[in-house]
Amino acid sequence: MTSSARACLKTRLLMQTLEQIKDRITASFPDARLEIIANGSPANQPSLLLDHAHARQIARFLRDDPALRFDYASNVTGVDWPEKIVKEKIKVKKIIDGVEKEMEEVSDRKTSAFLESVYHLYSMTLGHGPLVIRLRTVNRGDDVALPSLTPVWRSCEFQEREIFDLFGIQFQGHPDLRRILMWDNFVDHPMRKDYVPTDSGEVAL
Amino acid sequence: MDPEPQIDLSKQGVVLTTVEGLYNWGRKNSVWPLQFGLACCAIEMIAASMARFDMARFGAEVFRPSPRQADLMIVSGTVTKKMAPQVVRLFNQMPEPKYVIAMGACAICGGPFRDGYNVLQGIDLYLPVDVYIPGCPPRPEALLEGLMNLQQKIASQRLTGPARPRHLRQSAPGEFTVPQFGSHDLVGPRLPKDQTPDANS
Amino acid sequence: MMAVSDLQTSRAGDSAGHDLLEVSMGPHHPSTHGVFRMNVVLDGETVVKLSPVFGYLHRNHEKIAEKNSYLASIPYTDRLDYICSMTNNWAYVLSVEKLTGLAVPERAEYIRVIVGELTRLFNHACLAGFLLQDMGALGTPLMYAFREREKILDLFESLSGARMMCNYMRFGGCRCDLPDGWLEQAAKTVANFDSFLDHFEALLTGNEIIRARSDGVGVLPAALAINAGVTGPGLRASGVNYDIRKVDKYGIYSRFDFRVPLGERGDVFDRYMVRILEMRQSLKILEAAMRDIPAGAIIDPKAKLRNLRPKAGEAYGRIEGPKGELGFYLISDGSATPYRFRIRPPSLINLTVLEDMCLGHTIADVVIILGSIDIVLGEVDR
Repeated sequence: MTSSARACLKTRLLMQTLEQIKDRITASFPDARLEIIANGSPANQPSLLLDHAHARQIARFLRDDPALRFDYASNVTGVDWPEKIVKEKIKVKKIIDGVEKEMEEVSDRKTSAFLESVYHLYSMTLGHGPLVIRLRTVNRGDDVALPSLTPVWRSCEFQEREIFDLFGIQFQGHPDLRRILMWDNFVDHPMRKDYVPTDSGEVAL
Repeated sequence: MDPEPQIDLSKQGVVLTTVEGLYNWGRKNSVWPLQFGLACCAIEMIAASMARFDMARFGAEVFRPSPRQADLMIVSGTVTKKMAPQVVRLFNQMPEPKYVIAMGACAICGGPFRDGYNVLQGIDLYLPVDVYIPGCPPRPEALLEGLMNLQQKIASQRLTGPARPRHLRQSAPGEFTVPQFGSHDLVGPRLPKDQTPDANS
Repeated sequence: MMAVSDLQTSRAGDSAGHDLLEVSMGPHHPSTHGVFRMNVVLDGETVVKLSPVFGYLHRNHEKIAEKNSYLASIPYTDRLDYICSMTNNWAYVLSVEKLTGLAVPERAEYIRVIVGELTRLFNHACLAGFLLQDMGALGTPLMYAFREREKILDLFESLSGARMMCNYMRFGGCRCDLPDGWLEQAAKTVANFDSFLDHFEALLTGNEIIRARSDGVGVLPAALAINAGVTGPGLRASGVNYDIRKVDKYGIYSRFDFRVPLGERGDVFDRYMVRILEMRQSLKILEAAMRDIPAGAIIDPKAKLRNLRPKAGEAYGRIEGPKGELGFYLISDGSATPYRFRIRPPSLINLTVLEDMCLGHTIADVVIILGSIDIVLGEVDR
């Protein structure tokens, strides 16, 4: 068996348990709204979308529960999903010459726009992983707050600061939320998809 | 000065030279670089000072951590917009005569990172560069070639006349403008084109 | 965030009524291993607060990668941790192979292990050299380390064409095969490395000054290391047995018999010693790999390099780089350029605990604690 096939098998084992992990979390937090986000690539690393209200408690549970013990948050990534217009075929009933007919029409649908924070968790104690969890903001404009998971895993400290700096997500509960890579009075969030850099006056190559 | 009589006389133990020649000979063979590495090129700069390539042969072994004691700033690596004010400030703190070598594609023009929002497209926007060494990173031999070019340049500098170097001209700028952090980009005037020394002179 | 004046007020009840001094170490500093800055608040010589400042080498790798094809990003990965270009390449191509489901032929896996372990060798040797320079052994151990590094760079140059920025690995294998005589030359270099390590250890490991300066300095407790996401030799020096080569068994590492050295106290000396022992283990892996490497193809014939358009989806791939867990998280939207290209930087995350390790120590100790973490600014700031 090649190494990548072996790796896929291992993650497939975790995938069967992603449903189980979701059930385990729901058992402890019945009010939590969780959603499994599928992953189209052969890597087979689906993720769990958490709601803001329960995110930190669920994170603590994932870290401390003896069967899970996800004590190591390896990677925290910010992603920008601006609004996109997707063309869809929908069936519409129309009256033509007095007769009702069903026709197909192409209409535009706007996808929702949000910023996202993706956490890759591993367990150093038990050796399994990755478990991928996601948090999404309400929009890309005025409501860009997310609960910070730094109080649970200290490894998120600098990475959440970087996401604040480059994407603009406000992490609530972060002990020291300020810019980390750009200078303090810089106002833009350069990793957003709609960032326009200033014209330096130099020739573009 | 004619080289033939010079060589004949030196064979008999008489050394004839000009004040300019002696002055420049002393300066070019003891150029002390500032211990200033920014990025990947710095590792090749360190390798150039190590045993295999040995920059000590050229008198440039003594890397000074303090700009007050250095003659040469080898800008080795990408100059980001966040770092640019510090680079110019360090250069201002170096006493004259001082020189700049832009080592590597990033210091010359921004290199592979030219499109970055935090990357300065070449240090010659703010500092007068004397020698440009292309490469990504340039081999240590290329750095030594650049250093030899700088030595030739120093050797050919005239002490009198309109073509005298910056440190002998009262009208030359004493300090170079330090860029400031604006809200979207660096702000502040850039180096005027007529202050960039001609790299071939 | 506490300002210096707040700290002074809070310590105003101190018996001696000390004044605190805030010092900015860097970004230009002989000991900061690059353009790194630390704002240190001192009570005399003792560190009371330390906050690192990053971004002086923020070169926008992630933004530039969103405009480049997947293939064009490989040379950029060379420039992340610019000392270890081969392992950076490997982490990235591994992630793309996860994203696209590509398999890697046997011979290519062996070559990857050989160049990866050679990279680990000279990275740890250079770290030992730089750390000892920080401790005051100005120049000599570094000269020895660079001498060995030059021999390995000769091998990389004859293999890939470049000393440092090798740009050698590709999705599904390697760019070109080993030239004739390369394995013999590499075997000779590896055989000499053992005696270099003996020489190094004889000079340094039992040295009184090094023990006095590094024993008990910069202790990192294991629980904090895990919670703060510290990986690599720094984690193992605190006693945590987590080596991604053993956990994920990526590539063909499961075929090699090597041990994972662990420290006991997690101080500067343990971090130095763990690296020396890891170098010896790497030599074992190299001897086995060079003995067992089969003939065959060096790249998957189905591998698509140019105009690669992975199916929409995402993947996170990681390796045990010389500095810790180096990971790449890629999101594809089906087009020829990645939608999101995230680099998980071990050096930045290892710095999370810098303040914890330095509190209560002197400024001189801050320099060697920073040196023992092993950072490269290209990776910290990206």
